[in-house]
This record gives sequence, C-alpha cells and structure tokens, in this order.
Amino acid sequence: MRAAVDILVQGLLLGGLYALFALGQSLMFGVMRLTNTAQGDFIVLGAFGAIAALAALGPLVPAPQLALVLAGLLLLPAAFGAGYALQRGVLNGTLGRDPLPSLVVTFGLSIVIQNALLELFSADPRSIETGGLNTASVTLPGGITVGLLPLAIFVLAVAATAGLQWLFGSTALGRSFRAVSDDREIAELMGLDAKKVYGLATAIAFVLIAAAGMLQGMRTTVSPADGPVLLLFAFEAVIIGGMGSFWGTLAGALLLGVTQQIGFRLDPGWGIWFGHLVFLAVLVLRPQGLFPKTR
Amino acid sequence: MPHAAVEPMPVAAPAEVQPRERAPVRVTRGTRTSAAALAAGVALVAAAATLPWWAPAEHASSWMHNFVEIACYYVFAMMWNLLAGYGGMVSIGQQAYFGLGGYAMLVLANGAGVNPFLAVPLGALVAAAISVPVSFVAFRLAGGYFAIGTWVIAEVFRLGVANVSAVGGGSGTSLTALRGIEKATRETATYGLALACAVAAIAAVYLFLRSKRGLALLAIRDNEVAAESQGIDVHGMKLAVYVVAALGAGLAGALYFVGNLRISPDAAFSVNWTAFAIFMVVIGGIGRIEGPIVGALVFWALNKFLSDYGTWYLLGLGLLAIVTTLFFRQGLWGWVQQRWGWSLFPTQRRLET
Repeated sequence: MRAAVDILVQGLLLGGLYALFALGQSLMFGVMRLTNTAQGDFIVLGAFGAIAALAALGPLVPAPQLALVLAGLLLLPAAFGAGYALQRGVLNGTLGRDPLPSLVVTFGLSIVIQNALLELFSADPRSIETGGLNTASVTLPGGITVGLLPLAIFVLAVAATAGLQWLFGSTALGRSFRAVSDDREIAELMGLDAKKVYGLATAIAFVLIAAAGMLQGMRTTVSPADGPVLLLFAFEAVIIGGMGSFWGTLAGALLLGVTQQIGFRLDPGWGIWFGHLVFLAVLVLRPQGLFPKTR
Repeated sequence: MPHAAVEPMPVAAPAEVQPRERAPVRVTRGTRTSAAALAAGVALVAAAATLPWWAPAEHASSWMHNFVEIACYYVFAMMWNLLAGYGGMVSIGQQAYFGLGGYAMLVLANGAGVNPFLAVPLGALVAAAISVPVSFVAFRLAGGYFAIGTWVIAEVFRLGVANVSAVGGGSGTSLTALRGIEKATRETATYGLALACAVAAIAAVYLFLRSKRGLALLAIRDNEVAAESQGIDVHGMKLAVYVVAALGAGLAGALYFVGNLRISPDAAFSVNWTAFAIFMVVIGGIGRIEGPIVGALVFWALNKFLSDYGTWYLLGLGLLAIVTTLFFRQGLWGWVQQRWGWSLFPTQRRLET
C-alpha cells in the first residue's frame, strides 16, 4: 500500500513536468493547428540557454539560487521574443491545409538545433546548478518523502494550466486566440491580425517551453539528443488529455507520468514503452482523448 | 424568365443517323522526354546489371556496396514519397517498417534457416502484414498528429525489440546465416538484389500511379471529400497505400541489413531514416516520381563529399530542407519541369487533336 502510494505520488510529480512540456504544444495546436515537431528540441535549447546564462552570470552572482532567478529573468523574455519572431518570420509561411510544410520546417529545425547544440556543448549530459535545491525534500503527511523541486514543478504546472485556461477563457487575447482558431478568415474580417495573434500564441508557448527546459535541467540532466523523446511525451499528454482543454492536457500528462512510473517499477527497461502503450490504447479506445472539450 | 421554345427533336430513322464530324481525338500518356527516359533507363539498367563483369576489379566491391546503400535510401524515399506526396499521409514513423523488415529478414535467415536473399522479400511481406493492424491505430490521427503518432509507434517497436534478448537486445546481433557464403558471391548477389528492388520500386509505383487506382489516389490527394463523393473508397485506398509503403520500407530495411550484416534496434529503427527520406523527397520534389531519384542522387553526393563534417553537415541538411520548403516548394525536379516541361514518368492523360 505504502509502495503503491509512493509510485502514485512520484508518477504525479513526473507528470507535472510532462504537463509543462505539453502545454506549449497544446496551445500552438489549439490556436493554429500547428504541430511543432521541434518542441522537444526547443525544450532542450531552453535548458542549454539557462546553462549558458548561468555560466555567464556565475562570476558576477555568488549565490546560486539568485543566479537561477536572474537566469530565468533573462531567459523567459528572450524565449517570448524568439517565439514571436520564429512564428512571424518562418512558421506563418508554412500554415495551410497541407500539413507537410510546417512538419518539414519544424523537423528541419529539430535537426538544426540538435546539431548546433552538439557542436557548442558536446554530447555530454549536463545539469543546471541549483545550489542544493534539487536534493532538498519535504515529508508529506502520511510519511511520504517527496523532493522539494519536483513538488515545486508540480505546483507550477497546475498554476500554468490554470493561467492558460484563464487567459483563453477570460481575456481579450484569449478571445482572439479562440477566434482565429475557429475561423481565421472571419476573425480577420472582424479586424484581427491573425499573423500577429499566431505570433503571440507561439511567444507564450515558448515561455512555457523555456521554463520547462530550465526545470528539466534542474531536476535531471539534458543532452542535445534528448529532444525527440521529450516531444513524444508532450504529444502523448496532449492526445491522452483530449483537444481543446488545458486541464485535459494536465490530466493526460499526469496519467502518462504515473503509467511510466509503474512501468519503471516493474522493469526499468519497459517504463517508457509502457507509457507509449497506454497512449496507443487511449487512441484506440477513446480517440477523442479522455477530457475533450470542443468549443 | 420566359421558357425558351424547345423544338421537338426530329426523330430520324436509325439508319439515317450520321456521326457528327469532329476532329479525331487521341489520349496520349507518353511524351518525347519520357520515351527518351525509358530508353536511357533501359540502357542504364543494362549497364548496371552487367557491372560485376566490366567494373575494374579493384573498384567493383566498393561500387557495388555504394550502390546497395543508395538503392536502400532510394527505395525508402520512394515509398515515403508515395505515402506523403501522393497519399497525403505525412509520416515520421516509416523507420518502423524499415526496422521490422530488417529484423524479420534476420530472424528468418538466422533462426529459420531461410536463404537470406529469399528472406529479403519475405521480410518486406512481414513488415507489410504488421502494417495492417498498426494502421487501425495510426489512422485514428490525421495531419500533423498522424506524423508524430507514427513516430511513437516506431518507438514502441524499437523499445520492444531492444528488450528481446533472442535478437541481441539493445546491442543487436549479426547476420550469421551468410557466414558460409564467399565474400565475392555475397556482394554480387546483394548488388543484383538491390538493383532488382530499385527497378521494381520505380516500375511498381509508376504503373500504380498510371492505373485507375492511381488516378483515384491523385483525386484523394487533391480533395478527399470530393473524391469520396465520386464513389472512391477513400479509406480503402489510404490503407492500400499505407501497406504498400510499409512493404517498400521493409524491403529497403531487409536489403540494407543483408548488405550491412549487423543490425541493432537503434540503427534499424532510427528516425534518421525518415529524416533522410524527407530530405531527399523535399529536395528532389514531392509528389513526383522523379523527385526521390534526384533527391537520392543529391543526398548521396552530399553524403560522399561532406559527411566528414559531421554535425555541420547534418545542420546544413536541416537548413536546406527548411529553405527548400519555404522558398522552393516544388523541389529541384519541379523546377526542371516548370523550366523545360520535362516529365520522365508522365502519369497524366493528355487529349490531342
């Protein structure tokens, strides 16, 4: 019983990280039907961006945790700008009924990012120095010990989900996201600049991606070839959860995290495989996902 | 609106009906370039088929090895082009069938004692058979999600095979069935098989696209709903294309590992196979039979001269694919076709008076 609760808690915490991987994908697909096959590589790029920022800040800022906060303050606005520029400069030109151009361009970006990181940082796995934050733990009521950082990531994932849902449902920007998603041409007739709206959606998605990458680097290690696996986890979470709902994406990510954790406990070689199988099972039994919300 | 007076048709006795005079119309398929291409193709195949007899002895082995590799890339790219360029199903998971073809060949040859060269087409059939149940899962997704969904399926096969110790687990195993065969015989036989596979792939795809079913496929690609309204079985057609593409990918995989003699899950199910196929097809021109041929030649040449640059080379390939997609969407052959109107493998029907 105790072991089962432990697996469940660890799985949920892992799922929290996956939710952060997946929310950006969910947002971009929801607003412009764009499948970003470089999602995982952008997460890894975010982690390496933080590593580079910390290396630059290290001599100036003695306290590692303060350096982390400063690196985040540098990285997240940069990611916002990069996402906006990428969407307006490159990805907007690939949108359309045919999914091929956007897939080829993002897949090409994935190869470019992987090899550029390999050239700059070598293939060695690296992690982000947290000044002991990654080993600190708290004991929950009931006697289960959880890492402080995974718990913080989980709380952040829930907050990000709630924030996105609020943004989508209750703000003018969210209304324009929904409008261009429903019917781009009509939305443009009503005076929206769809290209700009798409740019803002990708900019927000990239802030989430950069945050996810930084947290991934703090929690474990990152290496330039990690991207594709992270993409697949993000994608599975979105599909399991169902389209059109960020809470669904969070639920899908949590289910994936728990499933993988159970798989790992049964046999370390089969953990990820087990997660993939649950994804495929959901696809067969409930292709619309567990919590679809079609507006 | 007043009705136009309709004159009653004069009813004539059948014997008096005269066929209306009209210009004789002919439906033509071939063009002058396609006739020239056919002649050149036959000559090239004849030259290639006799290579073991005329190639200088010191080069024959490496030439044949090179050719086997290009043929594998080419057949694989051709099948990706059929799937994505004609079938409209953009997959990033065709490496699943490449790996399955390779592993099925290995198990048949090593385990069941089948002649490895016979095991190559059998391995392709195994891959095609597996693609039928897989399609039920993959077809739940469409568009960009189909692409990543097929990638997950390929990963399921990779991780699954990596956990089977009978085929060497994660570190892979060797094709021991070829041990008793002399090196020169083995190389020549692999080469002959590769040539046969490459020619068969072109011929099969070309004849398929020229047939009635090929026309149906083009109709689906252009507009799925309209095609269905004309009575085309869209689902059945897509399934057929998916299975044929799996067959071809399996053939390429089985062939590659007969030439390579060693297989491992990471090599067999690597997403790079599909990445290279996408590169070749996009550079050469998607949705054209000539596309993968041109793309495979460009890819082979780049690989030959620039692969020493490692990461920079791959980075350049990625950039080239992006730039081509953004600014040059019809690819190299599409440009040639626009510029000079050449079509080596015409699939369209022309009315000539």
